[in-house]
Amino acid sequence: MSQTNPAAPAMHASLFEGNARKVRFLSDEEIAITVENLDLFYGESQALKQITMEIPAKRVTAFIGPSGCGKSTLLRCFNRMNDLVDACRIEGAINLHGENIYRRGTDVAELRRRVGMVFQKPNPFPKTIYENVAYGLRLQGVKNKRVLDEVVERSIKAVGLWDEVKDRLQSNAFGLSGGQQQRLVIARAIAIEPEVILLDEPTSALDPISTAKIEELIEELKETYTILIVTHNMQQAARVSDYTAYMYLGELIEYADTMHLFTNPSQKATEDYITGRYG
Amino acid sequence: MENKRIGGHYSHRYDAELEEVVNRVLAMGGLVEAQLTNALRAFIDADSQIAQEVTENDTRVNTFEVTIDERCVEILARRQPAAMDLRLIVAVIKTITDLERIGDLATAIARMAMRQAEGDRPRKQIFRDIETMGNRVISMLAGALDAFARMDATAAVDVVRQDFAIDSDHEAIVRQNVTYMMEDPRNISRLLDISHAVRALERVGDHARNMCEYTIYFVKGRDVRHIDLSEMEAIVHDKKTPPEG
Repeated sequence: MSQTNPAAPAMHASLFEGNARKVRFLSDEEIAITVENLDLFYGESQALKQITMEIPAKRVTAFIGPSGCGKSTLLRCFNRMNDLVDACRIEGAINLHGENIYRRGTDVAELRRRVGMVFQKPNPFPKTIYENVAYGLRLQGVKNKRVLDEVVERSIKAVGLWDEVKDRLQSNAFGLSGGQQQRLVIARAIAIEPEVILLDEPTSALDPISTAKIEELIEELKETYTILIVTHNMQQAARVSDYTAYMYLGELIEYADTMHLFTNPSQKATEDYITGRYG
Repeated sequence: MENKRIGGHYSHRYDAELEEVVNRVLAMGGLVEAQLTNALRAFIDADSQIAQEVTENDTRVNTFEVTIDERCVEILARRQPAAMDLRLIVAVIKTITDLERIGDLATAIARMAMRQAEGDRPRKQIFRDIETMGNRVISMLAGALDAFARMDATAAVDVVRQDFAIDSDHEAIVRQNVTYMMEDPRNISRLLDISHAVRALERVGDHARNMCEYTIYFVKGRDVRHIDLSEMEAIVHDKKTPPEG
């Protein structure tokens, strides 16, 4: 008989405790970044409209949406890469651990040390593998060879590249495969111990195996870093992220626990996008 | 079948694939409903020929189950469905398991009908009660299939409510059966068959209820298994806020 068993919910809880993938709630998270009423204009046209959201620390937050929805633009706001674009104007605030990164007097170089970024195409410097990873530290004035060696080794190990390159650290980084280059670039980003890592379609130029390695790496990196990822690959967002934000025409349409968003989104626009329907 | 919950993909092939799966589930449902109706008829009329047909048709039910599962796996592999498409596939995979079980139960009833056809028949009253209960079960199954076809969570929850009447029918008939057994122990083996048949009908009601729960899951995105009816109704009528991320 399928009568209601009053003990059922309690039984389920104990049965699945520990291995259940619980729905996460932002209210339970430590918040690393808050975005408040962010507007962004390229000249006359508005690319971001009143974005307000909280980004949890040591979690992976994915941004999805069709081309031109503003997700990459938003990602670039987090380390002020948009400052480099002429006629780009930003209103509102982005607070990194309570401090508005757009306030006057922000040290942008220091901000970009704290908020590292990895792009779609791997962009190692035309230097040796070793120098690529040591570069950020050298910029900071670190000269001690032992310290440099240590950080280079630790960073390359962290991205799972050490066994592949340890015998050729002095070779040019361009000799690596695309997937290896992308992991090297991530090693370069984490060598300077950032708090946040921005990934802008980090695997769209990579083959499936390299992609799987990067996704595995993201899973490990979130133990230490807050990760924001823009991706066109919805399955990738579903696989790697804890929270997903769906954007459309510069607006944040829905932002929720990834599991929730991919199985039961509350907005029809989100549903249409992730199921491949026209609205 | 044109259904706005299924259609509307950029890929028309995808629309067609999902529609095909749904149509096959409905065809399977129609067959199972007929199997159950015939098994009940055979049992009440002690008609061994109809009973024989029911047992022979069971392989068709099984074939439906296997082929629909195959199609679902293919869609999962090729399309990686999300949101309501994903929930549809999950609901279908689970629904056809329950349908197949109902098919098995119909076959079991048919086998007992064949045994009933041999020898003396117990008193008429008990068959009238079984017929009443059986018709309730058939209409519940039809309702569950209809709610799935129309993707209507409100209809599904109404069907779930019918299961309570079936459970009390079952109890009443079993209790009465026990009385008959005490009256005349020579009838015990025959009356046990009747008890088993009634038990099978009651199980069909449970499977129909499960199917309704999958339909509600598909439409509402909420798992309504193992909760009581009032909670289920609250979810279906959106009286409760879903957990937000």
